[in-house]
Amino acid sequence: MGAAALLAFGLAGTPAMAQELDIRIAVLTQEVEPPPTLANLDPPPPDEGLQGARLAIADSNTAGKFLKQRYRLDEVVVPQDGDTAAAMEKLAADGHRFVVTALRADALTKALAAPAAAGMLVFNAGAPDDVLRNAGCRTNLLHTLPSRAMLADALAQFLVKKRWPRWFLVVGPRPEDALYADAVRRAAKRFGAKIVAEKAWTGDSDVRRTAQAEVATFTQGPGYDVLVVADEVGDFGNYLPYQTWDPRPVAGTAGLVPAAWGRAIEAWGAVQLQERFKAQAGRWMTPADYAAWIAVRTVAEAATRTRSGDFATLSAAIRADGFEVGAHKGRRVSYRPWDGQLRQPIPLLTPVSLVAEAPQEGFLHPITDLDTLGYDRPESGCKAPK
Amino acid sequence: MKKVFAVKTFAATALALCLATPAFAQTALAQTAYVSNEKDNTVSVIDIKSLTVTETLPVGKRPRGVTLSRDNKTLYICASDSDTVQVMDVATRTITHNLPSGEDPEQFALHPDGKRLFIANENNAVVTIVDTEARKVVTQFDVGIEPEGMAVSPDGQWAINTSETTNMAHWYDVEKGAVVDNTLVDQRPRHAEFTKDGKFLWVSSEIGGTVTVIDVATRQPVKTIGFEIKGIHKDRIQPVGVKLTADGKTAFVALGPANHVAVVDTATFRVTDYLLVGRRVWHMGFTPDEALMLTTNGVSGDVSVIDVPARKVVKTIKVGRYPWGVAIAP
Repeated sequence: MGAAALLAFGLAGTPAMAQELDIRIAVLTQEVEPPPTLANLDPPPPDEGLQGARLAIADSNTAGKFLKQRYRLDEVVVPQDGDTAAAMEKLAADGHRFVVTALRADALTKALAAPAAAGMLVFNAGAPDDVLRNAGCRTNLLHTLPSRAMLADALAQFLVKKRWPRWFLVVGPRPEDALYADAVRRAAKRFGAKIVAEKAWTGDSDVRRTAQAEVATFTQGPGYDVLVVADEVGDFGNYLPYQTWDPRPVAGTAGLVPAAWGRAIEAWGAVQLQERFKAQAGRWMTPADYAAWIAVRTVAEAATRTRSGDFATLSAAIRADGFEVGAHKGRRVSYRPWDGQLRQPIPLLTPVSLVAEAPQEGFLHPITDLDTLGYDRPESGCKAPK
Repeated sequence: MKKVFAVKTFAATALALCLATPAFAQTALAQTAYVSNEKDNTVSVIDIKSLTVTETLPVGKRPRGVTLSRDNKTLYICASDSDTVQVMDVATRTITHNLPSGEDPEQFALHPDGKRLFIANENNAVVTIVDTEARKVVTQFDVGIEPEGMAVSPDGQWAINTSETTNMAHWYDVEKGAVVDNTLVDQRPRHAEFTKDGKFLWVSSEIGGTVTVIDVATRQPVKTIGFEIKGIHKDRIQPVGVKLTADGKTAFVALGPANHVAVVDTATFRVTDYLLVGRRVWHMGFTPDEALMLTTNGVSGDVSVIDVPARKVVKTIKVGRYPWGVAIAP
């Protein structure tokens, strides 16, 4: 900056100098009818992701006013039966190039198939699917939400470090539960744990009434250390703790949960982020909100460092070596060049406490231990041109 | 055994001081440190002569930044979750009154006029200026997200605030009453410290892992200092507190979860020593004679005592939970 910046400040009062850099970001979500679950203590918020993006815009504008940068957010919520590809075309027609999505994998895939999407930089803040980081990857797609593989690896490191390597895997009936189970199996193999038993949860009774009898019988038999549950919508998993035949901890999607974000996270300024979010949204920040927040902050950080609003300049800056964005997780985070995934620490949480954080000490990596979580470069199935 | 050794070391230091300037040594012997314990809502009082905690005083909620008035008669305490700055009479150890501080005061700096306190309000993205005599808010000014570090230049012209998420040092011209410039630094700036001659500003970046030295005249960075400790991952080296000796020749940088304090030669910007202290070291304070330095170690809940000339850690003193700030009175 130097002389130019000093000059700019010297003349800051005159309107002629008020060349504000205008940076526009869109956030795209879709209405989803949540599947019926037994309990509805914490229904999924309808504005998940949107609120995270909104807060990041407010945060970026606080910083932007010192640099004459203004950030604007356009919000698009596609109806349940709506077409995300058409929404992308419309965003492109409106001149949008940065799109933060909090969509499920199928809706995101559809959105990316829109011809206009090719000219955009798309952030995935809603779909943890590993296929999107491998065979389904794209040059212009970055993932701020951790993949299922990252979550399962985080859990595996902790359990292996605790010397609890024998797992009883319980898999729910939904397709995403099968994907979560795949990630758990992969993690077991990578870190030397063993799935000693595996059972499908059929979910045809109200487990709230019958858990004490049913879960005990269901978990009787094999010797194991931890019951690992795959139940992403939270239908039955929360009723498993304390009901097992043997006294064993529960982990996975219930009990001890690996997640991108949770209310118990408070170090490295996380308290301030949580409080800003709560004041704005009137609820706690979810992993998708956090992922959307960091996606918008990524664009803003690139604009701050380059002092540019140019799409090509910002896209290049985000992917450049040494690009970092503040994540409130105590580590420098950046995007993996091979699949666009944001490498980040993964907290292991209970609803009210932070139990541990992965990568756990001792899991070594030649470049960065953050790459011990998820698909590392040699394992990646992403063939998109870099 | 360690304790005995420490007392001996101190006795030697004290003896040396007695031989040099007897009158000065007298005051040195009465030195007292005040350490805020963030998660205990207390301030530990440490007698520097015996290096023991003599009192633990209840204060407001989540005490963080602490600083002494110029006459050392008054201790100001940021009681963050009480949304106030408490004023303690050092002689009687009682809170005499609270100052309006804005929401969530975290750190502050006293203007050389001894009157105006510049307070960073972490939750509000503002800095509050309070007149400590009139006990009134003079004004507030906007800064970036999560303001934390505060410093006022020795000539009183500049008040600096660093904002953790905006990654800037904001330059507030005290006379003009406006932020006139902003210097970008690495991720998550935590602390700002002027050199005694007012020519340079040192800013630590916790997540960036660096300290940026900024030329005050041009407000441009002149040097970025990195750190490297064998066996410690670079991501765990997180600079927070910075203190400079009165002669301006040496800087001490607290490296957070790296559990070390770096000693930097300010002429070459080279790190000459890494001193092992307690866990998660954040802030530091010199005794007024600069014979000793105390560091607050949040995770281990203690204070390390560094013999400054010898560059050695001589003692560890248990205090409350999450010690945060330290101020030492003659």
